[in-house]
Amino acid sequence: MAITTRQFDAVVVGAGGSGLRAALQLAEANLRVAVLSKVFPTRSHTVAAQGGVSASLGNEEEDNWHWHMYDTVKGSDYLGDQDAIEFMCRKANEVVIELEHFGMPFDRLDNGKIYQRPFGGHTSNYGERAVKRACAAADRTGHAMLHTLYQRNVRANTQFFVEWMALDLIRNQAGDVLGVVAMEMETGEVMILQAKATLLATGGAGRIYAASTNAFINTGDGLGMAARAGVALEDMEFWQFHPTGVAGAGVLITEGVRGEGGFLLNKNGERFMERYAPTVKDLASRDVVSRAMATEIKEGRGAGKDADHILLKLDHLGADVIDKRLPGIREIAKKFANVDPVKEPIPVVPTCHYMMGGIPTNMHGQVLAGHDGGAIVRGLYAAGECACVSVHGANRLGTNSLLDLLVFGKASGEQVVRDLASDSIAHQTLPKDAADRTLERLSRLDTAQSGESVAEVGAELRRTMQLHCGVFRFPDSLAEGVRKMNEVAQRAERLYVKDKSKVFNTARVEALELENLVEVAVSTMVSAHARQESRGAHDRSDFPNRDDANWMKHTFWYKEGNRLEYRAVNLKPLTVESFEPKARVY
Amino acid sequence: MRLSVYRYNPDVDAKPHMQDYDIALEPTDRMLLDALIRLKAVDDTFAFRRSCREGVCGSDAMNINGKNGLACITKVADLKEPVVIRPLPGLPVIRDLIVDMSQFFKQYHSVTPYVINDTPRPENERLQSPEDREELNGLYECILCACCSTSCPSFWWNPDKFVGPAGLLQAYRFIADTRDQATNERLDNLEDPYRLFRCHSIMNCVDVCPKGLNPTRAIGKIKDLLVKRTV
Repeated sequence: MAITTRQFDAVVVGAGGSGLRAALQLAEANLRVAVLSKVFPTRSHTVAAQGGVSASLGNEEEDNWHWHMYDTVKGSDYLGDQDAIEFMCRKANEVVIELEHFGMPFDRLDNGKIYQRPFGGHTSNYGERAVKRACAAADRTGHAMLHTLYQRNVRANTQFFVEWMALDLIRNQAGDVLGVVAMEMETGEVMILQAKATLLATGGAGRIYAASTNAFINTGDGLGMAARAGVALEDMEFWQFHPTGVAGAGVLITEGVRGEGGFLLNKNGERFMERYAPTVKDLASRDVVSRAMATEIKEGRGAGKDADHILLKLDHLGADVIDKRLPGIREIAKKFANVDPVKEPIPVVPTCHYMMGGIPTNMHGQVLAGHDGGAIVRGLYAAGECACVSVHGANRLGTNSLLDLLVFGKASGEQVVRDLASDSIAHQTLPKDAADRTLERLSRLDTAQSGESVAEVGAELRRTMQLHCGVFRFPDSLAEGVRKMNEVAQRAERLYVKDKSKVFNTARVEALELENLVEVAVSTMVSAHARQESRGAHDRSDFPNRDDANWMKHTFWYKEGNRLEYRAVNLKPLTVESFEPKARVY
Repeated sequence: MRLSVYRYNPDVDAKPHMQDYDIALEPTDRMLLDALIRLKAVDDTFAFRRSCREGVCGSDAMNINGKNGLACITKVADLKEPVVIRPLPGLPVIRDLIVDMSQFFKQYHSVTPYVINDTPRPENERLQSPEDREELNGLYECILCACCSTSCPSFWWNPDKFVGPAGLLQAYRFIADTRDQATNERLDNLEDPYRLFRCHSIMNCVDVCPKGLNPTRAIGKIKDLLVKRTV
């Protein structure tokens, strides 16, 4: 079948923080780059990040990258790769200062430097006390960052393909990636965008859970594309439940609220985090706080008439601090919780927020060919939430996600520039059947006259994840979850959409997104069922402890055969001594 | 909930029409966006944009009972039924509630929306006092939803020549930034009977902005600077 092909040096899929940061590197190197995005770039989900981006600038008190590295390793529950973590923490100041030079409207201290606030799990002197490391623009840091990066790309004349959805990767016999098959949403036209380098920056997939802080667009498209192309997905059992999503609505309330001095209360008005994390209390790691909250609720100390949530108190900060540092939170609380936090606490519950796992990469954004050794997939790169470097391991620290996308967005962009310069590679010949599988998928949707409803299968997928793979995980329930998810996957092969139009067919887009969500959900359930220990965000009732002897390893899930393999954690940093695993106390 | 929704699909419709729906809501459906998602589950041919569902991405701007707003932060309890929903006025409709925003973004891009500072980059951050930083409040929070520009009669008449409230708010965001060095060029760029001076302070923009921003005030400040520059 004839299909239009366009050629670029590089294609970036996704225009959130990491995609834009990478694209900037490529555009400024005068490469021919196409940046695809399902939404106008400033609508990407980076826009919703609130509290800050971490960097040991030490603007208010002593800090250094080694403390940051220790906190990140400990926060990851020792599953993070220490070479990548060292790399990220050492690069933090450079990329944050660079962002300031790009025009980022950070809040300021009296001396004119960037304002920094405390955040969960970030400490001085290797866990001694909370440290001010989160560089913030009020509680709209992600919004300010995404707009700044977009603006900088406008300056660089980056070429955007807005409201284009990438559908599949193109791989040849040798396994090299040669670009993507993509669809222009406005016209429904399908095209091949051929590229010497393809960079996935598609963000998270938090929409696999019923209760999620994530935007509707967070459907793991890059992960679905990778899985279908035979690339493994790493550490998919590790999903972060953010302690403070608005009860019932899921909308995020930043950890910055606790950074500014807010705290959590149970129904008795007890500041219960003092029992779970005596040193840093409400500023412990997110997995620790979420588990504490879920325990309080489980044991009957939840607030409200159904005893089903926890209260986040911040009225004692005063209207001035709230309006200056947390204005967006006040707006959200009023709209989505019907409370004014200047007067009343906000009802919150742990809510799915972030995917620690993803497409396996090295610290230059190159995608790993498998669990074994360091071989890479030529032509394929990934950065940001869709990638697993792994710097977050089993639990990400707040503010490290915005840092991740800056550091690895830039690093992967630089790697692409290097690869394209040194290799002087020409475009390879496309396989004859490059788009066939994609066109078959589309054709099935276009011709089906009956089948499963996208809304219903999607709801079943999200219910199953919520019920069987939440904050606390149980062996029987996980086994049942695997069975149910396989059923969901089968139903998703028979999707039916009534809308057969070419023009802006959002029903078709949602069906294609659901296929990607299925890959993410299946890999999560299978990986979680197999990991027989509790580490970071993965908590098993039958294996309540961390098992370093047997499980200090990354999970690699392959779609083909629904198969799992493992790869040892890299404990060796680049230049410093390893942080040896020890009990994790906050 | 009763909804009367603008429908137009160029693939099948000769012209636009309004379609009525009766949608059963759950108690957890608090916002208009929740109702639209229920509607789509019943009729998947209904097309609209949405993403963050919390009022920060700017995707789901539409005209709701005659007033522009974001569906995700518009409470259903506050709406008179039937709720009449139309695409943002003044922009070409692609399909249903989805409008072509090219003209809107073209105007945004026309104000050189990035900080210009050609001095050598210092090792650390460029310093800015908290007071100077405060000047950016009420400006940088814009989410580019286009509620303001598409409620502005001047923008309806001259979308190709008048920058519009959103673009002008952003123009002032960079003028107001002490790190930016291109104020003169920025003022030159706007000193034009259409680009800036088509604003007649009708203030629809202020009335509809879902983030509570005030483009009219920013436009007034640009006009003040132009006056000051001449005297």
